[in-house]
Amino acid sequence: MCLGVPGVVIEIEENTAVVDFDGIRLRVDTFLVPDVRPGDFVIVHAGSIIAKLSEEEAMEVISAWRELLAALGGESV
Amino acid sequence: MGESPVSRIIKAYRDPAIAKLICNRITELVKTLVKKEKKEIIKIMHVCGTHEHTITYYGIRDVLPETIKLIAGPGCPVCIVPAREIDEAVKIALEHDALVLSYGDMYRVPGSKMSLANARSMGGNVQVVYGFRDAVEKSRKTKGKAVFFAVGFETTQPTIASYVALNKIPPNMSILVSHRLTVPAVKYILKQPDIPLDGIIAPGHVSTITGAGAWSFIAEDCGLPVVVTGFEPIDVLLAVMDLLEMLVKGKPKIVNEYSRAVSWNGNVRAKEYILKVFKVVDADWRGIGVLPESGLALRETYSSIDARKIFNIRIDRWIDVKPGCRCPDIILGRAEPTDCPMFLRACTPEKPLGACMVSSEGTCAIWAKYGGYRRNVSIRDQ
Ligand code: SF4
Repeated sequence: MCLGVPGVVIEIEENTAVVDFDGIRLRVDTFLVPDVRPGDFVIVHAGSIIAKLSEEEAMEVISAWRELLAALGGESV
Repeated sequence: MGESPVSRIIKAYRDPAIAKLICNRITELVKTLVKKEKKEIIKIMHVCGTHEHTITYYGIRDVLPETIKLIAGPGCPVCIVPAREIDEAVKIALEHDALVLSYGDMYRVPGSKMSLANARSMGGNVQVVYGFRDAVEKSRKTKGKAVFFAVGFETTQPTIASYVALNKIPPNMSILVSHRLTVPAVKYILKQPDIPLDGIIAPGHVSTITGAGAWSFIAEDCGLPVVVTGFEPIDVLLAVMDLLEMLVKGKPKIVNEYSRAVSWNGNVRAKEYILKVFKVVDADWRGIGVLPESGLALRETYSSIDARKIFNIRIDRWIDVKPGCRCPDIILGRAEPTDCPMFLRACTPEKPLGACMVSSEGTCAIWAKYGGYRRNVSIRDQ
C-alpha cells in the first residue's frame, strides 16, 4: 500500500490527471499536488499524485556518486 | 517514441556498474568499522514494505558483507491494524447492511474471527477499491450507506483528508479511520533497549509527505545516522553506504538520498489537509499495544462522517495474534520470519496465520515469495 508508482502526466481535467505508467493510463487525483502539468513526472499512490519527481535531480545525484566512487576506487577508507 | 523519464531513471538506478562500486565501498567501510569500533554486527532498520520488497527481490542482503544486518521494521500499514478495527468493519458489513469499501491489501487480513473477504462470502457487501476516488464513486452509485475502511500511513492519509476538507464526501458515505503514523513508531522502537540499531533507512514515499525533516530526531535526539531513500536497488545500496560513512566518521546526520522526490518540508499542502481533518491520538498497533500519539481520528467537526459514531459499534474483546505467530516481533524488528517455527510450514501465503503473511507488504509474505533468508536457509530446507 505504500507502493508509489512513478508515471508521466498526460492531461489534466479539473482536480484529476491522466497519468501514463509505461503504457497503462489511469485517472488520478491532483488535490495534493494541484500545480502538475502535462509532461510532469510524478509519483502516484493509491489513486493520488503525492509528489513530483525530478529527473534532473535523479541524474545529478547518480552521476555525482558515479564520479566520487570511481575516484575513491583505489583508496582505502 | 523516446525513452520515458521513468525508464531512464530506472536504468540509472539499476546500473550494475555503480552497484559494484558502491558494494566495494561498503566492504571497505565495514572493514574499518570492524577494526576500529570492534563491531561484530551492524544493524540497519528500514520501515517500509516497499524497501523490504526491493531488498528481498534484488537479493541485497546477499551482496552485503555478513556483518550488516538489514532489518524490516514497522513498514506494513495493514499488518498493524488491530483485529478490533477489522472486526468493526466486518460487523458493519454483516450487521448494518452497509457497503464496506477496502483497499485490496486489507481485504484478506484476518480479524478476530474473520477477514472482510470472509464477511463477503457470508453475504456482506464488501468491495475492493484501488484508491479513495474509486471509493467515492462506488459510494455515489450505492443507494444505502457506504463506509470506507481508511487504513494506511502518511501516504494515504492526505488524499482522504483532502476530500473531507473540500466537502467532497457523498452524504451516504462515512469513514472508519484506522490510520497510523510511522514517525512515532520509529521513536518507540528507538527507545527499546532490546532492539539495538546502528542506523535507519527512512521510508521514501512517506517522506514525500512528511518531509525528510520529520526524521531529523533520529540523528539529533538518538544519535543515529538516518538516510531517506528511494526504491531502486541502487537507492538502498547508497543508503547503506551513507549510513556506514557516517558511522565511520562518528557523525550521525540525516541525509536525503531521495531528493528527486523528497524535500525537507515534504508536501505542505498534504500535511495541512491531514491536520485540518484529523487529530493525533494514542493508538494501539496489532499485538504491540498502545504507542503514544501514533494514530489519527476524525476531528469533532467531522463527526457526521465518522463511521464509529454513526454505527456506534463497540468491540470489547478481540484477538490480535494467533498462538505462536510472531508478527509483533517481526514488525518491531525483534525477529525475522525465519525465527517463526510456522514460517512456510503451518503458515504460507495460501494459508496465512498472521497479518504479516497476508499483505503484499508484510515481511513474512515477501520472504515467502522471494526468499530473503539466505543466511537462515536452513528453516525451509531442513
Ligand atoms: S510466518 Fe506466519 S505465523 Fe509466523 S510470524 Fe509470520 S505471519 Fe505470523
